[in-house]
Amino acid sequence: MKLHSSALLLIGALALAACNNPDRFGAGGPGGAGAGGAGYGQGGANDPNSPAYFAQTIGDRVLFQVDQSTITPEARMILTGQAQWLNSHPQYTAIIEGHADEQGTREYNLALGARRASAVQEFLISQGVAGGRLRTVSYGKERPLAVCSEESCYAQNRRAVTVISVGAGS
Amino acid sequence: MTERTCPVRRSAPEAGVTRPAYSAMGDTARKRGKAMPLFRTLTLAATLIGAALAHSLPAAAQDRGPLRIEITEGVIEPLPYAVPDFVAETPAAQQYATDIARVVASDLTGTGLFREIPAGAHISRVTSFDAPIAYADWQAINAEALITGAVNVQGDRLVVKFRLFDVYSGQPLGEGLQFAATTGSWRRMAHKVADAAYSRITGEGGYFDSRVVFVAESGPKDQRAKRLAVMDYDGANVQYLTDSSTIVLAPRFSPAGDRILYTTFETGFPRIKLLNVASVQAQLLPETPGTMTFAPRFSPDGRQVVYSLEQGGNTDIWKMDLGSGQSVRLTNTPAIETAPSFSPDGSRIVFESDRSGTQQLYVMGANGGEPTRISFGQGRYGTPVWSPRGDLVAFTKQNAGRFHIGVMRTDGSEERLLTASFLDEGPTWAPNGRVLMFTRETAGAGGEPRLYSVDISGRNLKPVATAGAASDPAWSPLLP
Repeated sequence: MKLHSSALLLIGALALAACNNPDRFGAGGPGGAGAGGAGYGQGGANDPNSPAYFAQTIGDRVLFQVDQSTITPEARMILTGQAQWLNSHPQYTAIIEGHADEQGTREYNLALGARRASAVQEFLISQGVAGGRLRTVSYGKERPLAVCSEESCYAQNRRAVTVISVGAGS
Repeated sequence: MTERTCPVRRSAPEAGVTRPAYSAMGDTARKRGKAMPLFRTLTLAATLIGAALAHSLPAAAQDRGPLRIEITEGVIEPLPYAVPDFVAETPAAQQYATDIARVVASDLTGTGLFREIPAGAHISRVTSFDAPIAYADWQAINAEALITGAVNVQGDRLVVKFRLFDVYSGQPLGEGLQFAATTGSWRRMAHKVADAAYSRITGEGGYFDSRVVFVAESGPKDQRAKRLAVMDYDGANVQYLTDSSTIVLAPRFSPAGDRILYTTFETGFPRIKLLNVASVQAQLLPETPGTMTFAPRFSPDGRQVVYSLEQGGNTDIWKMDLGSGQSVRLTNTPAIETAPSFSPDGSRIVFESDRSGTQQLYVMGANGGEPTRISFGQGRYGTPVWSPRGDLVAFTKQNAGRFHIGVMRTDGSEERLLTASFLDEGPTWAPNGRVLMFTRETAGAGGEPRLYSVDISGRNLKPVATAGAASDPAWSPLLP
């Protein structure tokens, strides 16, 4: 029984090269070093029309309590800003990525991340963003932002990140 | 290469020996059928050889007889055995004759139920497969079981013969067997010899000639690269099934071991893929746009897949017919329902749900319906897996900041935790239902997952040899 990597997998690899960009998972961060928007290739964090502005100045992520998907008051403020930006920049769509900390089983955390992403999506829709412009995905505990095994890191990992992309809504 | 197609002498002695052992289990164990607390299982292991011994010793000697496995304070006295190098019947067989005996010893000793008496202590030399056994010489070094074998290699064809002896009764335990295959399969033939020996001595099925599919991991914790890999149960013969271009999770073998289901992010979203092991071709299963699908497992007949589907933030359990691609919904609540696993008879499904407020285990019919909660202890319960014997459910438990692998009966009674660590999760059953393999992850920025195994008594906890970080093991059935 000889095993080979299939051509299909290689094609998949090319199609997904963008997903390996660590920025996708928040390495830039709000208040971070400013690299967060570099991947978008246009504008900077000071340009209110740029995705980098969205990511860094408005804030592209909200945090959650342990095993919760409730939008906190702090998150409401950030998401309200996200909704305003999205409403005034209809040329962009977004994927909302839900994440969980490592203190949970893999499957449950995938489902929990989906709950979080969906909670953000619903809030943005409630603020007038067209649902067709927003997709959700969960990474569960697969892509932690902070890697220590303490609450200080877990708190950063229990997040939903709104990732802006160019293109009409689906 | 099956033991039934090429026996040296035809016989199936195990079944006959098993019965008296069961009658010795006592009322409680008998009422509950095959499932019994593990210390009874281990007593059974000793009883089988003891049963043969009884023919030649007075009854009074049995309790103190050398074949008994003593169980005191949770410690088992492993059964001493010898497996001298097999006899090389052709010049080309020399290395195989040594290597096969070493793999047999590694299998048996690795169970924690057997202790090998090293070759340096042997008095008798086995120079011919058919020569009479010098039982007194093996008794003198306290070997209770003896395995002898011979290897014949011509071209790339390798034939292994073996016999198992009960040293103290001075007779063979079962008939001799032989296996034939190509030299490239020599490890499998060694595993088959060990499976036969294990099965005869314990009265249970073996599990050594099996494979494990898992996720090989590399890179830093926040950018972990993952790819599917498959290996022999003992970590040998690793082969990679995917590259590391995208996240892959939780592979599962089909009941025949010919296909693997897993979750991949290759589309950017979790999707279930079905991989043919022989061709290494994989295809995405159909799905409803805008949903995430994950946590797949085969039905026992291999024709259906039970899995989780997330839509609008809500995760429920669905079942897909692989022939038609049609899915039906089995649960319908606002709670998270995931990690479904069929009972071996296909009639029921165990899964986890947080409908009570925390993750707990439930059992429902294979077509859905009102489930019955089976977990009631402290903490959260997830990733239930029905044992191949049908008697137990293995699970991950989270309580007070620790993770455990545990087992309970399918009605939730007799919960036993087998491990405890910073993060243990995702048990998978050995084909004989006696051993669990799982993921153990260490804490911290440099933390990484490794595979471990433990038997269902909680004994013999040990790492599985992998080249690097590894997670999400899934055991194949015993190979044909």
